[in-house]
Amino acid sequence: MPVLPSDLQATTTSLGHANPVAIACFFVFIAVTLGITWWAARRTRTTEEFYAAGRTIKAGQNGLALAGDYMSAASFLGIAGLVSTSGFDGLIYSTGWLVGWPVVLFLIAEPLRNLGKYTFADVVALNRRPGPVRVAAALGTLSTVVFYLIAQMVGAGGLIKLMFGLSYETAIVLVGIAMIAYVLFGGMLATTWVQIVKAVLLLAGAFVLAVLVLARFGMNPVNLFRAAAAQYGDKVLAPGGLVSKPLDTISLGMALMFGTAGLPHILMRFYTVPDAATARRSVFYATGLIGGFYLLTFILGFGAMVLVGPAAITAIDKGGNMAAPLLAELLGGTPFLGFIAAVAFATILAVVAGLTLSGAAAISHDLWVNVVRKGTANQGEQLRVARVATLFLGAVAVTLGITFKGQNVAFMVSLAFAIAASANFPALILSIFWRRTTGAGAVASMLTGTVVTLVLIYLSPTVQVDILKHEHAVFPLKNPAIITIPLSFLAGILVSLLSGQHASSDERLRRTEEQMVSGH
Amino acid sequence: MPHPTIQSLARARWRIALILTALMVVLYFGFILLIAYDKPLLAHQVVPGLSVGILLGALVIVTSWLLTWIYMRWANRHYDPALKQLKGEPRL
Repeated sequence: MPVLPSDLQATTTSLGHANPVAIACFFVFIAVTLGITWWAARRTRTTEEFYAAGRTIKAGQNGLALAGDYMSAASFLGIAGLVSTSGFDGLIYSTGWLVGWPVVLFLIAEPLRNLGKYTFADVVALNRRPGPVRVAAALGTLSTVVFYLIAQMVGAGGLIKLMFGLSYETAIVLVGIAMIAYVLFGGMLATTWVQIVKAVLLLAGAFVLAVLVLARFGMNPVNLFRAAAAQYGDKVLAPGGLVSKPLDTISLGMALMFGTAGLPHILMRFYTVPDAATARRSVFYATGLIGGFYLLTFILGFGAMVLVGPAAITAIDKGGNMAAPLLAELLGGTPFLGFIAAVAFATILAVVAGLTLSGAAAISHDLWVNVVRKGTANQGEQLRVARVATLFLGAVAVTLGITFKGQNVAFMVSLAFAIAASANFPALILSIFWRRTTGAGAVASMLTGTVVTLVLIYLSPTVQVDILKHEHAVFPLKNPAIITIPLSFLAGILVSLLSGQHASSDERLRRTEEQMVSGH
Repeated sequence: MPHPTIQSLARARWRIALILTALMVVLYFGFILLIAYDKPLLAHQVVPGLSVGILLGALVIVTSWLLTWIYMRWANRHYDPALKQLKGEPRL
């Protein structure tokens, strides 16, 4: 595969060696974010402050934080890498990762903000049997969070090893400690500001890199595409092999579009703003930032293809993940590489912090406070449980990250999205839109979504052929969303109808509908 | 009774929200279906270097954002003032 002899790498890149600028940037980032955490810790004394930053976050800030929570290292390094090696096909992913955001805005953001308190389960459990509903919602949340965390941690270990020359285990433990510190002491306020800092760094880094690329092509992307076509053929500008099975692509598209609207760490952000109108504005900003970012990664991908070359990129990392860092080194030298490496690290740290906080909220707010203690726990106890849950999830993330070392975990992100789309999204939509949804119906929908998704992913080619090396897979699709989303809706509707009369009075339902509009 | 008004306001919001959601779904899955079933069209280059596929992909991203802008503008201009007026009534 590599056209370049592999020993040439040492002379062409300093990747994998300790880079003083990377280490300096990294320490500055850690120092700044720990400073933020120290500042936030003094403002985090109540549960509302711990889970929802006291509902003081402004629209622009929350827009950046949403973008920060969402733009993972996979989307920065992965999409640029995919474009650099396969051209147009990478754009299919860029669009897929964005199109869920308008859906979040139109259907979810405002009702969620008006009806809930800290987690999306608050909305599903409203007027319905709270115990079972919260248990099922916590199951959906924790499944999503854990699979997402595994993918992020394993990716983090590999990336940091490649970029800083640290050992895999050291990298994982470092990520774990910093992330736990943010969430444990600073709660949502610190996590939000870590996301904001990271989003600004990531957008600035990608923007500068894209400008450096375009400067070589007369500031015109079309010249860049033309250069790519001249070197590697017109096929890099056209759909290639990625969409060989249309049904697979549609199914993945459904998981991305509706999964975004079911990601617990994203949904939780809508509780950090003062009202529904602010929530609405923040999604508008987030969509613009994320969309702009994906357009930039497309420039970076083609830039890396033309200037670095696919052979040199895959020689360093088979997945192509090092396309953006290599491009940075080529255009800005070792210092810029160091900056981009530190940005990638910050990206991973921020995303795992957001995930851990939403998982901790599911354990403490949904399971402990509302199911075990039936809402009787006082502030102090709620905060203690939330912090214990944070420590527990942090330890789980580090352990799983080390356990899955060297495994192919890329599919776990699409698994997380598939569960979010099939377990969380249908229950949320049903409970917002259909007043006859019963507690039993919501539980049926969430359990069906989680369990069937897990089973079908296990039976899919991703696990059966790619990982277990079997000849064939029982289930033909790589992503089950096209089956599991309708199935979860169906289960919710059927069980609601069968479980008969709605438990709540018409008066309460009417009040809920008013609350959905007015917020109180 | 202020309720009919708050309900009609809610209905107006859902109507806009559902129309825009439908547009988004058609836009994105239309793009995916073109990729699946009409690769030659997307491979066609409008000007040398710019294929229909790249143009449409970028358009999907920009249009998604435009749809969120349309919704926000509607909500800021019509929904929020109406809601404020409703809340301002002494009975709510």
